[in-house]
Amino acid sequence: MKDIREDIAWAQINKDVLKSLENPRKLYWVILFVAIAMVGVAAGCEIYQYNTGLGVGNFDNPHVWGLYIASFIFWIGMSHSGTLLSAILHLMHADWRKPIYRFAEAMTTFSLMTAGLFVAVHLGRVWQVYFAIPYPNMRQVWPNFQSPLLWDAMAIFTYLSSSILFLYVGMIPDLAICRDNMNPGWRRKLYTALALGWEGTDRQWRNFRMTYLTIACFLIPLAVSVHSIVASDFAMSQQPGWHITSFPPYFVAGALYSGCAAIITLFVILRYVFKFEEYMTLPILKKIVRLTFAISMVWTYLNLVEYATVWYGHDMAAKHLLIEKATGTYAPFWWMMNFCGSVVPFIMFFKRFQTNIPVLFSVSLLLNLGMWLERWMIVAPTFADGYYPWTWDHDQWPSLVQWGIVFGSFGWFTMLFMIFCKIFPSVSMYEVKEMVYHRSQATKKLEATGKFAAAGKGAH
Amino acid sequence: MSISTLFENYSEFRHFHPVDDMPHNPYKWAMAIDLDACSGCNACSVACYAENNLPVVGREKFAHGQAMHWMRIERYWDEDGRDFPDQGARYLPMMCQQCEAAPCETVCPVGATNHTPDGVNSQIYNRCIGSRYCSANCPYKVRYFNWYDYPTTDNVWPAEMNMQLNPDVTVRGKGVMEKCTFCIQRFKVAENDAKTQGRLVRDGDVQTACQQACPTNAITFGNLVDPESRVHKQWQAQQVDLAKDAQVKDQEEGGNGLRGYRIYEQLRPYPSVMYMERVRESAI
Repeated sequence: MKDIREDIAWAQINKDVLKSLENPRKLYWVILFVAIAMVGVAAGCEIYQYNTGLGVGNFDNPHVWGLYIASFIFWIGMSHSGTLLSAILHLMHADWRKPIYRFAEAMTTFSLMTAGLFVAVHLGRVWQVYFAIPYPNMRQVWPNFQSPLLWDAMAIFTYLSSSILFLYVGMIPDLAICRDNMNPGWRRKLYTALALGWEGTDRQWRNFRMTYLTIACFLIPLAVSVHSIVASDFAMSQQPGWHITSFPPYFVAGALYSGCAAIITLFVILRYVFKFEEYMTLPILKKIVRLTFAISMVWTYLNLVEYATVWYGHDMAAKHLLIEKATGTYAPFWWMMNFCGSVVPFIMFFKRFQTNIPVLFSVSLLLNLGMWLERWMIVAPTFADGYYPWTWDHDQWPSLVQWGIVFGSFGWFTMLFMIFCKIFPSVSMYEVKEMVYHRSQATKKLEATGKFAAAGKGAH
Repeated sequence: MSISTLFENYSEFRHFHPVDDMPHNPYKWAMAIDLDACSGCNACSVACYAENNLPVVGREKFAHGQAMHWMRIERYWDEDGRDFPDQGARYLPMMCQQCEAAPCETVCPVGATNHTPDGVNSQIYNRCIGSRYCSANCPYKVRYFNWYDYPTTDNVWPAEMNMQLNPDVTVRGKGVMEKCTFCIQRFKVAENDAKTQGRLVRDGDVQTACQQACPTNAITFGNLVDPESRVHKQWQAQQVDLAKDAQVKDQEEGGNGLRGYRIYEQLRPYPSVMYMERVRESAI
């Protein structure tokens, strides 16, 4: 079965994608409405917390960080697969990414925005957050460049601005198509402004390709470094359970893992809501599923490496913490995380499930549940069972305010993502055309040389 | 002007290894606590509340673990099979250990917690943005966060108690971290007085609030650089040294009889508080 129909007309591609901007299925509005309602819950919780103080989240002395930091890592992590699909696979000339990379890249941007929100929610005095920016000032006061949290802030800001740029640059030819095909109105004005006078001349295409490639090359090391730095927040500290050398690759693997799982989830939703069955095809889904399975095994391996180094190391506090995770109050969540992260992906191992949409939809949600729990199990147990026995506190439970904000963050992400997909083409029209063109050329060549039967899957 | 400090002079602000690179002179404030003398009476904690304007959070928040006791008495029950009324306990007064290589200082994103030239770990309330990374990285968990806006909360300082607030100490607002300062408002006054008189602070010129309140003189505070100070003599007698990261103790017959140690020395934060092990046999 081919990744995409090769005889699909270019005008048809334009028509199908532009249709998604105007009349999605009813489900779109349901999702958007639910998402906005969820944001409302979070906004209420945050207003209450902002006015009253962080104490309403049930933070206390050992538990100074909670779900906010765990969710922060989760959302940063989710942002990584957009870059994987759009930049890494771009450089590797894997053209099956073309129909799906646009929404993956949008996912990157919006999950970073969600993560940034958690910084604001977490800080005790968010109104002073500019202290963390190294701006020249009379008093010559600088932020502390030794702090991993500062590196973190800088890395995320760089990553966010680069991914917005990447998303935008890659969209310019499509915006021009929108400009040329839309009825007059605010949309047309918007596309005209954003398309930057794109006419599709040779020179424009050449500059465009160069720019796109440059940003892609810039983005890859950035993506790896961002989550390594997030891992440094923990690895560079002194606490048991955090002070682990393998954290940076472990975090990056976890990030790609949860990102790929999220891509499957969104793939299924978009395919239905925007009627993209023609473009987001099952063979492409199969490829993502296999990629996700491979990454899940990398994550599992690094996870076991972490347990092994702690178990065989001589850091008794860390070992005690590991045992406590497996047997104490956090045990149900810890085992759930291991189950969702390492056992559930084996469903994707079986060929018949690799294209089964209901199964994959639930599996992808379970995987992300596991990845969220992983982040929580990194953050919380270290506070419950740190170095100092007198402050051990295994019974602290985050209040509904914390849960409400975490819950609402999913709504916030969905809201931004859904609004984006309604305003901008979430399938890249010009790249799908390229894909169709190249594939049909390759098929013709094979037919001409009589090797068609031997290479039924369609070469690049 | 100021951008140049970023590139040229930044090394001046880096944290050095405490002992070799930057000897404290003429002051290094330090403490010695004799656990054999401590009776767990909590007077030090109460004195600290009064001296440093600590908010009294009330029963409910205390049970939540949101108490603001910079100085806390930790109670460790004896596990010798006896039940409560007969069961013995040991006590440990715990406050910020004013580490020389403090784990909290390096991680603060805005540099709100720093080492002072007189060897104390300072906290700049105005600079703090409340990321709580310092507390997350503190091995002793002796940093306390203002989870609420205590100055405007009812019954934190009831109206008739307002007059007991210490005018020398700021009242902290919502969203900042705070912790024991070794009564910086007291030793700074002593340092300045000594300076105007053209001398150094003499041992005994300054006491911390907890030391002053301790009925059994378990707490000694003073200048570690001064060879005549009590705290220096105690550290010396116990062979405890700022730069050490392990302590040999031997209470057996014919042993060295040393009982001084610093908590979590092996993590090498180089704390400034020496504890002396309890040698009493009886649990009470």
